[in-house]
Amino acid sequence: MYSEKVMDHFNHPRNVGEIENASGVGTVGNAKCGDIMRIYLDIDDDGIIRDVKFKTFGCGAAVATSSMATELVKGKSVQEAMQVTNKAVMEALDGLPPVKVHCSLLAEEAIHAALWDYAKKNGIEIEGLQQPKSDIHEGEEEEEEEY
Amino acid sequence: MKKLIYLDNAATTRTSEEVVAAMLPYFTEYYGNPSSVYEFAGVSKKAVSESRRTIAETIGAKENEIYFTAGGSEADNWALKAAAEAYQDKGKHIITTKIEHHAILHTAEYLEKRGFEITYVGVDENGSVKLDELEKAIRPDTILISVMFANNEIGTVQPIREIGAIAKKHGILFHTDAVQAYGQLPIQVDEYNIDMMSASAHKLNGPKGIGFLYIRKGVKIRSFVHGGAQERKRRAGTENVPGIVGFGKAAELAVKSMAERTQKETELRDYLIDRVLKEVPYTRLNGHRTNRLPNNANFSFQFIEGESLLILLDNDGICGSSGSACTSGSLDPSHVLLAIGLPHEIAHGSLRLTLSAETTKEDIDYVVDSIRTIVERLRSMSPLYEDFLKKNARNR
Repeated sequence: MYSEKVMDHFNHPRNVGEIENASGVGTVGNAKCGDIMRIYLDIDDDGIIRDVKFKTFGCGAAVATSSMATELVKGKSVQEAMQVTNKAVMEALDGLPPVKVHCSLLAEEAIHAALWDYAKKNGIEIEGLQQPKSDIHEGEEEEEEEY
Repeated sequence: MKKLIYLDNAATTRTSEEVVAAMLPYFTEYYGNPSSVYEFAGVSKKAVSESRRTIAETIGAKENEIYFTAGGSEADNWALKAAAEAYQDKGKHIITTKIEHHAILHTAEYLEKRGFEITYVGVDENGSVKLDELEKAIRPDTILISVMFANNEIGTVQPIREIGAIAKKHGILFHTDAVQAYGQLPIQVDEYNIDMMSASAHKLNGPKGIGFLYIRKGVKIRSFVHGGAQERKRRAGTENVPGIVGFGKAAELAVKSMAERTQKETELRDYLIDRVLKEVPYTRLNGHRTNRLPNNANFSFQFIEGESLLILLDNDGICGSSGSACTSGSLDPSHVLLAIGLPHEIAHGSLRLTLSAETTKEDIDYVVDSIRTIVERLRSMSPLYEDFLKKNARNR
């Protein structure tokens, strides 16, 4: 079902954990739908992401996309981190099954939520960053009728 | 091959060697069409009829009340759709439950779209159908009650005798989906007032793709598949002779070994349940503690999600299943777990393990150790667990 990369990131997730006094923390998703991601960012005075950690409640794809997203933003500037889209995460994982694409959206959203928290705390504005949706599943299309 | 501990026997079972051996001659030796007139085909015809008799005897039915189908889902579809069609002049109301298999639920929805009214009766926290609610739902235009014999996810055995009595008292047809129960529990159709019953061979070490619908004599439901005169003109199509022979053999073996097998399974099941509940904190057992299928255990582990758990168990060579959304292909967790009142986040962290006669105590020990380690690992990376621990620390 999953690519080797997804399985690798699920079995050996990178950057699991918490950061005390993080520069920004973002939590997205909801337990009702079965996935929650929390991203911690440690950002230095030059706006570089020095460290990043995550915790995820969710399926294999949710864990793997969180892990990959943290890898992709680590060491980047805040502006560069904004370029880490769900597509980039998916590509880096050699794709996801169609029903799991929302997990990659959640990963992007979690990064944005952590950046939003950082921006708010520091009174700055990050170009292109909007207040994250608290629930990624809002507005998702209804499944097709089967009959 | 790596270690394999198969604890998903509610999904399907290993076809037993004896069953395969019984089937084999009907592929290459006696391949005749039972409907043909020559003597050669008579061998196939006889085999089908013997198998039908064997199966009828296991549930106290008559031979001509057993109709072979391609499996449990077809039998469920047939029972509901054909009963609805046949009895619609009497009424268009059907009663079923919130915890049925999708073969029933989706068929019921299909009928709803075609003008039938369906009442979905609820269950208590153990997953037992609420009998008072069921009886209250009966109306003058109720034509059918369909309640599963035992639940496929949480294993709870339903009060079928009581439901059969209620149906009889009100003169309503009673169908039961016994796909999980047949071969595991003794079932006598007269004793339980069952008018129709679905079963499937591959749940009792028989082959896939063969099932039956028991239809009590006098129940006037019509043909489901139109064509030839097979199955007393009610289900056309050349008989799946090897499948039918395999089903007959599997049924015979299952009934013969039932008492001993289910006692052993029940002991191991209880050992599994006791160890998991004792050794893994923040865990609950889903389904009735004792009144459940002998081989079924279903747990919810708080703060973790089922699919992750399944993949990690798979890494250890353990096959199980879960009612989480991610394993159902939708965003909602199992309707059964929601019906017994579990909140979504706890329903997502469910694990069903279903044993077989081949399961050993060593297997269970290995599985429990594996579960303990995996649950701990997933919790260590769960934001829900993190919040829970922080909240606890604050309250202390």
